[in-house]
Amino acid sequence: MFRNLAPVLTVLAVLVVIWYGAAIVMNAPWAQDRAAKQGKTLGFSELVANTMSQERPRLPPPHQVGQELWKTTVEKKVTSKRSLVFHGWITLSATFWGFLLGTTLGLLMAVGIVYFRTLEMSLMPWAIVSQTIPIVALAPMIIVLLAALGIEERGVAKAIISAYLCYFPVLVGMVKGLRSPAAMQLDLLKTYSASGFEIFWKLRLPSSVPYLFTSLKVGIAAALVGTIVGELPTGAIRGLGARILIGDQFGNPIMIWSALFAAAILAGALVTIVGLLQKLALRKMGMAE
Amino acid sequence: MTVTTDTVSSNTVISARGLDLTFQTNDGPIHALKDINLDIGKGEFVSFIGPSGCGKTTFLRVIADLEAPTAGEVAVNGMTPAEARRNRAYGYVFQAAGLYPWRTIGGNIRLPLEIMGYSRQEQEERVARTLSLVDLDGFDRKYPWQLSGGMQQRASIARALAFDADILLMDEPFGALDEIVRDHLNEQLLALWARTEKTIGFVTHSIPEAVYLSTKIVVMSPRPGRITEIIESDLPRERPLDIRESQAFLEIAHRVREGLRAGHSYD
Repeated sequence: MFRNLAPVLTVLAVLVVIWYGAAIVMNAPWAQDRAAKQGKTLGFSELVANTMSQERPRLPPPHQVGQELWKTTVEKKVTSKRSLVFHGWITLSATFWGFLLGTTLGLLMAVGIVYFRTLEMSLMPWAIVSQTIPIVALAPMIIVLLAALGIEERGVAKAIISAYLCYFPVLVGMVKGLRSPAAMQLDLLKTYSASGFEIFWKLRLPSSVPYLFTSLKVGIAAALVGTIVGELPTGAIRGLGARILIGDQFGNPIMIWSALFAAAILAGALVTIVGLLQKLALRKMGMAE
Repeated sequence: MTVTTDTVSSNTVISARGLDLTFQTNDGPIHALKDINLDIGKGEFVSFIGPSGCGKTTFLRVIADLEAPTAGEVAVNGMTPAEARRNRAYGYVFQAAGLYPWRTIGGNIRLPLEIMGYSRQEQEERVARTLSLVDLDGFDRKYPWQLSGGMQQRASIARALAFDADILLMDEPFGALDEIVRDHLNEQLLALWARTEKTIGFVTHSIPEAVYLSTKIVVMSPRPGRITEIIESDLPRERPLDIRESQAFLEIAHRVREGLRAGHSYD
């Protein structure tokens, strides 16, 4: 256990040290300006103390972000508009719908591409092109388009933007997974005169399970990113993306950073959950590594 | 020769006439089979032996309808290979066991039975019966990774025996196993052949294996793939392992070796 943890903790410690150093350097000019206006000069220890506790620091040091996270999750009621649990839940539910939609879409497209050569030639290039368009540019258009169609509910737009990012890894992974059976395996089923459906159900689909979960791990993280991006231009006031935007508009970096960390923690948790499901499923299928 | 030409033709299970197969590849055509003429009688154990590229596997795949010949005719049980395949005339054993890792051994043997629509009860009976045929009683709930390579290959033979095919086609089934395991499996395969009276087509590149197992040895040669010699074995059907030190055995092995050498003298 410790052998696995030690390298991670070492890197973490290095990052925290760099972060503190950067916070001192970046927050110092403001502190010195203020002191200069009051006709004072700050000694080194005074300066450091100041950079660690500014109300609107350029770069909030780790402990300030930690305190803010604690205040907005544990100490606030979850129904409060200032609770990150509340905003996290808004983002999470949109992520869930986007993930569901994107995964379904990715799976269906993968099956189509594996079974129909025309679909591979016509669909695959567009799927790749779809991922080269910056989602930040596309998100407002999706929102405007949906509004023009009379769908004002922001959750729908967010889920679609989320699905847009999420379907691609599932598509690519599943195309590979469904094609993973060796020629010999396909020959074997041919000797049984198995139908196309049986080949799919008994061979291609089970063979693709390890690929599916790997794709789902990437997909769910992408779905979360998509949701947050979807929350930026919607003028949303709820969700982690909205918190980041509001923090930016009101010049409150601590709020931005705490929302950012909340999003990262959420992503980590989601990927871990999918990873555990993967372990369980593969063990149940006798395919655990 | 133990079998006369007359009995062969009346019992013929597999027959090939003027069979030709050319693969079109990016490097130009490859003449994989040229003018193959062969009859395999019911209950025979026929080995195909020859160097890589002699078309022995390709010929087996033509019989199984996994490749289509460019010219000539093949009949399996008096039908075309495609009809024979749809009629479940044969079980095929590949070089690798190719068991599904997500299915238990029992589940793997059940695979063809599910596809062929056997009832649940019948499936269970057949799984138990074929597992005992290959000496794997009690392994039905184990997963493939829990078995040795030799046991996995036996399970894959059981899978090919699970439904009532009279023909067993085996493509270098023991090629990837070490010699000790291989000897053991050869012995078991002979016992299984005696019990089930199946017709077996067996691809190998081991001379002792071919001589030990077969009633008929088909020697093939590459570029183009063709039959250079057909050797009928007069060894008794009952063959203990030490028959391989007998004079009769060594003589047949010598003829096979001579046949292989003659095929090579072209290049």
